[in-house]
Amino acid sequence: MSPETLVAAVTLAAVVAYAVFAGADFGGGIWDAFAAGPRREEQRSTIAHAMGPVWEANHVWLIFVIVLLFTAFPPAFAALSVALFLPFHLVLLGIILRGAAFVFRAYSPESARSPGAGRGALRWGAVFGAASVITPVLLGMCLGAVSAGSLRVVDGVVRVGDTPPWLAPLSLATGAFALATCAYLAAVYLANETEGPLREDFRARALWAGTATVALSVLVLPLLRAQAPHLWSGLLSARAAPVVAVGVGAALLSGWALLRRRFRLARAATVAQVACLLAGWGIAQYPYIIYPDVTVQGAAGHPGTLRFVLWTLPPGMGVLLPSLYYLFRVFKGEHLGVREP
Amino acid sequence: MDTLTAARAQMEVSLAFHMVFAALGIGMPLLMVMAEGLWLRTGREHYRQLAKKWAKATALTFAVGAVSGTALSFELGLLWPRFMEFAGGIFGSAFALEGYAFFVEAIFLGLYLYGWERLSPRAHWLAGVAVATSGMLSGVLVVAANAWMQTPAGFRMVDGAAVDVSPFAPFLAPSWFQMSLHSTLSCYVATGFAVAGVYAVGMLRGRRDVYHRSALTLAMSLATVTALLQPLSGDLSAKNVAEHQPAKLAAMEAHFETARGVPLLVGGIPDEATGEVRWALRIPRMLSVLAYGDPDAEVRGLNDFPVDERPNVLITHLAFQVMVGCGFALIGLGLWYWWARRRGPGAEGRLLLAAVVAGSPLGFLALQAGWIVTEVGRQPWVVYGVMRTADGVTPVGEVPATLFGFSVLYLGLGVALAYLLRRLATGAPPGTAAGRGGLHVS
Ligand code: HDD
Ligand code: HEM
Ligand code: HEM
Repeated sequence: MSPETLVAAVTLAAVVAYAVFAGADFGGGIWDAFAAGPRREEQRSTIAHAMGPVWEANHVWLIFVIVLLFTAFPPAFAALSVALFLPFHLVLLGIILRGAAFVFRAYSPESARSPGAGRGALRWGAVFGAASVITPVLLGMCLGAVSAGSLRVVDGVVRVGDTPPWLAPLSLATGAFALATCAYLAAVYLANETEGPLREDFRARALWAGTATVALSVLVLPLLRAQAPHLWSGLLSARAAPVVAVGVGAALLSGWALLRRRFRLARAATVAQVACLLAGWGIAQYPYIIYPDVTVQGAAGHPGTLRFVLWTLPPGMGVLLPSLYYLFRVFKGEHLGVREP
Repeated sequence: MDTLTAARAQMEVSLAFHMVFAALGIGMPLLMVMAEGLWLRTGREHYRQLAKKWAKATALTFAVGAVSGTALSFELGLLWPRFMEFAGGIFGSAFALEGYAFFVEAIFLGLYLYGWERLSPRAHWLAGVAVATSGMLSGVLVVAANAWMQTPAGFRMVDGAAVDVSPFAPFLAPSWFQMSLHSTLSCYVATGFAVAGVYAVGMLRGRRDVYHRSALTLAMSLATVTALLQPLSGDLSAKNVAEHQPAKLAAMEAHFETARGVPLLVGGIPDEATGEVRWALRIPRMLSVLAYGDPDAEVRGLNDFPVDERPNVLITHLAFQVMVGCGFALIGLGLWYWWARRRGPGAEGRLLLAAVVAGSPLGFLALQAGWIVTEVGRQPWVVYGVMRTADGVTPVGEVPATLFGFSVLYLGLGVALAYLLRRLATGAPPGTAAGRGGLHVS
């Protein structure tokens, strides 16, 4: 593989990691916004405990993706920045509000009647929930925009049609898909980290979100065929099809495991599902970064810089992966326990 | 407002906002590690309580730093797509490495903040060391990117395009060492004096317990040592600027006419139209000495540069005076404190404590002013001598709107954060406030 293809593969892997890890944090926020029933506050505090130690580390995957993009494929980054000026700003607004509101809520004054839920805390909680719902939709829309075909770069100048690419039907569908997937991931993880009635709450939510994901896929498939034939044929190509097939299989397995209350299996299958489907999309999209004008080869940056990125990958990951493993072992090794701080 | 002005303003607002949290993110972990290390060594509980309190404050500020930093990574492209198209592939190496430093920082911060009960005391302290180290490294690495913009290196320009790009380009920038040293120190200076001010307020209100006294001692130790080093490192920076960015040096010093044996101006208001500086104190030949180590050395003035290659003299000069003024004021404050302390802890008088409170924002003021010197002094170039800022800006017309939105957002977040931090400052936790006047008010 050429260096630029390798770096593109690494970038795709980082996108997958962001989806699998941070997607669940967004999903946690979604279930915070839609917390309901007699165990509403318990649901919320479980979510907060599950996210607390890890969300900042999970968030760094996004930064990694952006950095790889502007380092290895600078023209692609420039084109996206121009064409998606508005949605990117909205994404940033969502990211900033969500992160800030999450910690601000934790440190807001408690009211005497219901600890942990003073007026300030309630307000920040609402911001946190709303931002967690909106941001993944917008991120999904931006992802859809690179496949939609209406973001053109002609002679180095960015052109968009009357409908901005992020509002194309395919992009809207990807946005909805992203929302459902985040909700599904989070509910499955949370069911793993709880027991008793709370676990049942999250299992029910997982089943809802899972159903929504399946329904959306049924809707999206014809759309894909009509609106993005290149992606459709890419998904069916010998390159991507096996990966997609594994993803679909894993999706079915995770649904079955949830129904049978095999929670650990459900978690593993859900991770495989999201990873394979996203990777399948990336492979189907190859060699395009932005269809149809910007390719991995055409946008590749300076060879020296690409080599630098690849050379530093083994030592970097050598530090990063064991640290991540340690973090998750310490906090996710058993059911959630002690409350800190 | 035109796009260029708005984009500059949005970049400046975002960077100035991020910088506050970046400095705290570099300084606070070191203070936590110092306090917790003292607890491990002495077993005195109040050190552990200090580390815990600082960890809570850091949890708040770090999150804001992380999200505002994310905004910056996007904004580099959103506001300066053409600059990034040119530069991303060259100085990106620094950001790629910084990514790993961010990961390590965020991972071990999670372990530190939430791991008090789950890790052994030693492992917990080591997690703090990892946070402090990687935070410092991420600062040093991002400054490599900025240093490359000041003093570009590691490539050749052929027909308007960069060729022969070295994989190590940002690390070859000749100002990287001086800038990272000076800016890392500045993070400790700013954090140290700010924290000292918080505890000085407490002591002025009569909370002169060991908790407050130790906090003040720790913060002032870090602040004073780094403040003393700052003029030395600033001198290295200035010599470097003299060598590589003569127009910036001339603007910093409001030096209009090329001459030998040039005096150093202290204060003063430069007038760009007439080339005169009013109300300045002149130290004969000092600029020649400081910049080149020779009292007769020639220093190039702004008249040597075409009008469209001169930075804004007024802003650069004033910001430089503010930074240096704050620097020496803080050194004075630090020395006064330790002079008063020679008779042992607890001897600080009310006047000194009030001075510590008054001085507590000066570190941050100097830090912001210093960055203004560096960034405004680089103008009109975004990559010095290679690419003009105006050529890097986005073609999108909505920047004034996003500038307004982000300014409002950051203002709101700043206010909310200040309120929450204020609430954290509730005095020593009960049970640790042994010592004089150990009562605490919350
Ligand atoms: C607490 C903060 C602080 C303090 C007390 C000082 N500085 Fe500073 N200075 C900075 C914080 C800073 C900074 C914000 O960190 C800068 C911006 C870029 C950089 O590398 O550091 C800076 C830049 C900067 C530059 C420009 C470097 C460049 O553009 O490459 C010079 C020449 C100095 N400083 C010199 C000094 C001197 C002679 C000081 C004497 C006391 C001083 N600084 C105190
Ligand atoms: C590594 C760090 C940094 C990078 C990569 C960076 C990058 C940039 C870029 C791309 C611009 C716009 C182009 C231009 O106006 O020249 C800019 C401008 C500016 N930056 Fe920085 N910057 C960094 C650090 C900082 C910091 C920490 C501050 C201040 C707190 C700062 C203050 C400014 C200001 C005031 C401007 C506007 C200058 C003007 O237009 O007159 N910068 N910076
Ligand atoms: C001299 C200037 C800068 C210094 C010293 C600095 C330092 C830091 C530090 C210490 C953090 C850790 C978070 C925190 O403490 O709150 C941080 C976060 C971050 N910074 Fe900066 N920064 C600078 C400029 C920039 C610029 C110009 C960018 C982007 C282009 C940037 C991008 C980021 C990002 C993405 C994060 C989040 C990392 C995370 O999630 O842990 N920073 N920065």
